Amino acid sequence: MKFATAGAPHVPAPKSVHWVMLQVLLALIPGTAAYVWFFGPGILVQITLAVAAAVAFEVLMLRLRRQPVSPFLNDLSAPVTAVLYALCLPPLMPWWTVVIGMGFAIVVAKHLYGGLGFNVFNPAMVGYVVVLIAFPREATSWLPPEMLAEHTISFGAALMAIFTGELPAPLTWDAVTQATPLDVIRTGATQDIMISEIRSNPLFGDFGGKGWEWIANFYLLGGLYLLFRRVITWHVPVAVMGVVIVMTLPVYLFDPGTNPFPLQHIFSGGIVLGACFVATDPVSGAASPLGRLVFGGGVAVFTLMIRRWGGYPDGFAFAILMMNMAVPLIDRYTRPRVFGQ
Amino acid sequence: MLETEQPLRVGHRLWHFHGGLKLRHWKKISMESPLTSAGLPDRLELPLRQNIGEVPMVAVQPGDRVLKGQQLTRTNGSVSAHIHAPASGVVTEIGTVRAPHPSGLEFPGLVIEPDGTDGTCYQEPISDWLNADPNLLLDRVFHSGIVGLGGALFPTHAKLRRSEQRPVEVLVLNGAECEPYISCDETLMRDRPREIIRGACIMRHMLNARQCVIAIEDQMGVVEQVLRDALEELGMSDQALVVKVPTIYPEGGEKQLIRVLTGREVPSGGLPMDVGVVCQNVATAAATYRAVALGEPLMSRIVSVTGRGVQQPCNVEALLGTPISRLTAAAGGYTDQAQRLIMGGPMMGLSLPDDDLPVTKATNCVLVLTHRDVSPVAPELPCIRCGECARVCPAQLQPQQLLWHIRASEFDQAEDLSLADCIECGCCAFVCPSQIPLVDYYRYGKTENRVRAADRQRAEHSKQRLDARNIRLEAQKKQRKERLARKQKALAEDGKKSEIEAAVARSKARRAQRDPEA
Repeated sequence: MKFATAGAPHVPAPKSVHWVMLQVLLALIPGTAAYVWFFGPGILVQITLAVAAAVAFEVLMLRLRRQPVSPFLNDLSAPVTAVLYALCLPPLMPWWTVVIGMGFAIVVAKHLYGGLGFNVFNPAMVGYVVVLIAFPREATSWLPPEMLAEHTISFGAALMAIFTGELPAPLTWDAVTQATPLDVIRTGATQDIMISEIRSNPLFGDFGGKGWEWIANFYLLGGLYLLFRRVITWHVPVAVMGVVIVMTLPVYLFDPGTNPFPLQHIFSGGIVLGACFVATDPVSGAASPLGRLVFGGGVAVFTLMIRRWGGYPDGFAFAILMMNMAVPLIDRYTRPRVFGQ
Repeated sequence: MLETEQPLRVGHRLWHFHGGLKLRHWKKISMESPLTSAGLPDRLELPLRQNIGEVPMVAVQPGDRVLKGQQLTRTNGSVSAHIHAPASGVVTEIGTVRAPHPSGLEFPGLVIEPDGTDGTCYQEPISDWLNADPNLLLDRVFHSGIVGLGGALFPTHAKLRRSEQRPVEVLVLNGAECEPYISCDETLMRDRPREIIRGACIMRHMLNARQCVIAIEDQMGVVEQVLRDALEELGMSDQALVVKVPTIYPEGGEKQLIRVLTGREVPSGGLPMDVGVVCQNVATAAATYRAVALGEPLMSRIVSVTGRGVQQPCNVEALLGTPISRLTAAAGGYTDQAQRLIMGGPMMGLSLPDDDLPVTKATNCVLVLTHRDVSPVAPELPCIRCGECARVCPAQLQPQQLLWHIRASEFDQAEDLSLADCIECGCCAFVCPSQIPLVDYYRYGKTENRVRAADRQRAEHSKQRLDARNIRLEAQKKQRKERLARKQKALAEDGKKSEIEAAVARSKARRAQRDPEA
């Protein structure tokens, strides 16, 4: 009897890229739900818009690059990039800025570098940084959490705001947007206001910003899920958060008046989302366990430096991109010992 | 680096090795039926290359009648293994036979047509083997064609030589057949524990090893008790220790097993002997016992015939050279879904083009998988550097980096990343979410590196030859010069010169006498 031959191993891999990416999307559900709970349905519009744009750009680029479309669309990497990107954006950012950032992420950061597996920089962070730099006003128009907002924004109002730039009367942009907790700390610190005084602002909750800290908790839950499904390892999240604590605790203890306490740092801005979902991106991150610790630590250091001395209230996206650049070097110097050597 | 000062104690604790996989065993399906025999086929095809090292040469003629157990080969190499007639009969062909290999290529070999008589040509049994001269035993093992039956095919006698400089602390009998489906060693340990234990004692005596452990997997059920009982019955409980190791693939790998049992790592590019250990498969031990105590060379082996592609998975004892189709027939034939025929296990086995290929000393398993078993869950995609491969790699390599370099034809870089330490266990390819056939790439890279090393060696060799030639020519030139100089010197001497002149004058005079007109 004749048989077709094939290479070993003869039993197929139980996991696929599709499965991995699907786990990431599932792990983002609790955080997204919390986001909707605290900041209204606008973020859902942004996510849908970003995913649609990402898929469109992905198909376009695959066609241009003469790559098979369906296996690469089915890998779900574009939707993951889109969701992570959208979660960094203000819920009411105009649609065209969302699309431009997404286009830059998929076209330039991903496909011009060779597509899936070859991108040096995390595409979601590239997209976010592009809109942050190109459209500073739109990309920083944040809403207050709903319990503090004078006006709640309905799904219809969000749609209208995103696609027309107009708010339904009697709402005005100035009335609905508000500074984020990190903005408040930043401006407060430049005016030499004590942290305790800054934190008396109703925007602040137990650790970070009201609402934001809960969203971060749910992101953390998603991160634990990924850890449990062995999609990520503990190294990057632990390194990021560990180094944030190690670096901020001494200065906080030394002078609690002008330095925020460590958990404040962790639970505001993008640290938890970034630590669990972005810095753990395998393609643009370090490969070995030690390399991942170095990578995560570097992300934490750069984030804190930007928060303290940089021009932006949060520096997470920049920190990740900077560490992406360092990955080849990290990989080179953190190779594990080979068995028997 | 190694705690060679401290005596090595095994059995009191186990160590871990990096990576590995917990795989579904699939062993029960072939363990439920008793061991059967594949019987005597009409034709036995014996490829000559059934060992690592030098391939032996045929020492019989076509048409020769041979007896069961008769040695058919001769060899000059010390790392080589003889081939014996698995049955009495006539040598009908000497030339090429197809060997179990994915290519279906023909290899040098010979064919025996058995005549059904049971004339044997065994060697003299060595009954008092515990007091026999180790060199005599070594010679017996060599002349019995025994090789590592776990699939490695390394000539066994080469691993049983006593060394004064490097004493063997532990002899490990490897009964940890960690690859799914394969149960031939488990069957042997269950059915013939005494042969294994006696073989272990012979090997221990040959090596003068301080201790001996028989390593089995913790999933093997009755085997542990069977071995312990046999040790007690033979009064050899002090001779060998039965140790259960966790069932993690590829724990049956020599380096991994040694690490788990002793905590020592065989150095990269080194041998187990370097850490005071010799590792032999349990079936090899049983074959050694039969060769020494019964005089029987290696003529048959136990083969697991299993998978959902055969009707009645079982273990079969088959003569070397038996066509695989006879084994699958012994397992009740194929099922409708039979899709892939594999020699070996699902992780490292060779996919065979058809079943008209002979059983060799390496055939531990004939696995028939179905469509359900082999279909990939997704198409191949680019590497996403997820690092799963590095997490499971028992050699602690960076598989994704190796892939990168091999794809870019940067074989030197791959070598720097210790490509040669890859044991091709397939763990990386198994977990790869992008379904990349990583092991194929590593084999390709290793072959390229071997070819390049051979090229370098050849170039070096040619250069040496050229240098030697130049030196030789130079020397010849010098010699000629010297000869010429000597002659000229001789000419220059007056005495000789006048002698020559005199000779010339004499010959002129003679010619003038003979021929006056001139």
